[in-house]
Amino acid sequence: MFGMLLRAWRYRHFIFSSIKNEFLSRFARSRLGGLWMVIHPLAQVAIFAFILSAVLSSKLPGIDNRYGYALYLTAGMMAWSLFSELVSRSLTVFVDNSNLLKKMMFPRICLPLIVSGSALVNSLLLFVAILAIFALLGHYPGWHILWLPVLIVLNVMLGVGLGLLLGVFNVFIRDVGQVVPIVLQFWFWFTPIVYIPSAISERFKYWLNLNPMTPLVNAYQNILVLGAQPKWLPLTGTAIFAIVSLIFALFFFRKAAPEMADIL
Amino acid sequence: MSKSILQVEDLGKAYRSYGSEWRRMLSWFGAPVKPIEERWVLRHVNFGIQPGEAVGIVGQNGAGKSTLLKLITGTLRPTEGAMRINGRIAAILELGMGFNAEFTGRRNVYHVAGLMGFSQEEIEKVMPEIESFAEIGAYFDEPVRTYSSGMQVRVTFAVATAWRPEILIVDEALSVGDAYFQHKSFNRIREFQEMGTTLLIVSHDRNSIQTLCDRAILLENGMVIKDSNPEEVFDFYNAILAEKGNLTVKVVKLDDGKAQTISGTGEARVEEIALYNSKGEVAEYVNVGEVIELRIKVKVHRPVETLVLGYGIKDRLGQVMYGTNTWHTGQVIHNPRPGDEYRFVIAFPANLGIGSYSIQTALVDRDTHLTANYEWRDMALVFNVINIDKAQFVGCHWNEPNIKIESLIQ
Repeated sequence: MFGMLLRAWRYRHFIFSSIKNEFLSRFARSRLGGLWMVIHPLAQVAIFAFILSAVLSSKLPGIDNRYGYALYLTAGMMAWSLFSELVSRSLTVFVDNSNLLKKMMFPRICLPLIVSGSALVNSLLLFVAILAIFALLGHYPGWHILWLPVLIVLNVMLGVGLGLLLGVFNVFIRDVGQVVPIVLQFWFWFTPIVYIPSAISERFKYWLNLNPMTPLVNAYQNILVLGAQPKWLPLTGTAIFAIVSLIFALFFFRKAAPEMADIL
Repeated sequence: MSKSILQVEDLGKAYRSYGSEWRRMLSWFGAPVKPIEERWVLRHVNFGIQPGEAVGIVGQNGAGKSTLLKLITGTLRPTEGAMRINGRIAAILELGMGFNAEFTGRRNVYHVAGLMGFSQEEIEKVMPEIESFAEIGAYFDEPVRTYSSGMQVRVTFAVATAWRPEILIVDEALSVGDAYFQHKSFNRIREFQEMGTTLLIVSHDRNSIQTLCDRAILLENGMVIKDSNPEEVFDFYNAILAEKGNLTVKVVKLDDGKAQTISGTGEARVEEIALYNSKGEVAEYVNVGEVIELRIKVKVHRPVETLVLGYGIKDRLGQVMYGTNTWHTGQVIHNPRPGDEYRFVIAFPANLGIGSYSIQTALVDRDTHLTANYEWRDMALVFNVINIDKAQFVGCHWNEPNIKIESLIQ
């Protein structure tokens, strides 16, 4: 396990340049180029803020801003988009790079690391866009925002843990790649992003609390919108889940790596 | 014997099928799951390669060549056996491997060199050299999608060989690209070789293997069936190709240690073969430019529809200097009967360079040896060309010039 990280460290230049390349290739041959990196998240947040608020102008308890719902939704989306990008990209990273895996020798762990890096950059850009739009709407998150890095680390661990596990599965059982996007959609609606948890009947609340994403999304909403501390107790549950899944994924990956090229 | 740079011991690779992938995954965790099927693509492979050696890997499609290369590069793990490698490996397995078509050549070089494990600073240091070696001018800063395949070869080769590896693996890639760059890349390979780089080449091209390699390994059905000098290996390989498993291939060691390979189905055979000089004597040494005769006696053993004799003159590296057959000359023998004997007298001037040559013969039914191969004989005869009375020259072909010199001094 340690050797794997050491090899990845030796390839850090490659990992960084690959992340950069990914962004460059996404905007290659477009006029605005890198500007799109900011425009996309800005547009996403702006849509939530203006259109959704105009349609559903219900106020949220605890926020005295007429854009309250938009702020709430945006904060939840920031948590979810990082998680779902990590899972869905890790899911196909080995299959997508099958040719490279068969022909070139490099530490395989680089691939999920590149995915994580670019998902992180995306999330940070989204964060910048959110801050800008929030300011425009007259909302300034309090000092609790300083907890954000902790939440992001937790989010990445959870996303990579599950994504890597599913990505390895997908090499051997391709149906996994078809099922997971559907599961992710269900998962999205089972997480209080679009609605507030108190709107859910008691019967389902139990299930909501089993969802490791619930405390994480809630913490994002707390620090970005409500100006409150993350709720640490439920987050501990998420952290344990994330660490266990990450360790299991790395173990599984190490066992599977030698046979991956045989199947691809 | 010096320490070998690559030692392969009882190497084997099997693709396993477990019926269900769940069972495969269970096997990683030590569950007692037996694969229901094992398909061995390589087995009991043994060889050692010394620093500076150049080895060609030859074999039919599916013989296990690329699997062997992938095992050596490390992208595949061996199922059994061991492999010891002392040094860095660079592989040119595919044209434009790892390239992104949207990026410039320069950015792709960064990317691929990074994939090889080099750091930013190391890459920057050799970048000018890579650029000048590839010689694609301003295209280096254009997107790769605008490249011709020849340009891609240039960049691929330049980056793969930017640092001298201990082992360089080349798969067919050299056969693409223009003659100029082929020469240039051959030169670089030779330079590396002199500095101690070991070369592994997979190719169907006899010429490139014979010019670069001093040893060849023939793979067939995942096993090494011959490990010798390239000439002998290729003769054997061709015999196998022609034969498609009809008969065993016979190898006769000649007096000078070279091996004669005879194969074929045996409907007709070469009974005698001899070379005569211009005085009508059997000769082993002939003069440059001398008109000589190759006399071949052929006996028919079983009825065939057509009989064609082909022959080729090969130099000591096994490269064909000249070759033709009686199909091309319009002298096909139709419906010979068993017991019939024919004498072929082939006269030609020995317009060859000084050196040792061998004659290869083939008794076939038409212009190729792939439809029927009655007999194929490599090294049927060996002779030497010496220069007795001609002006001194170099090269493998005697092409006597008429040189006129006019003095232009007034």
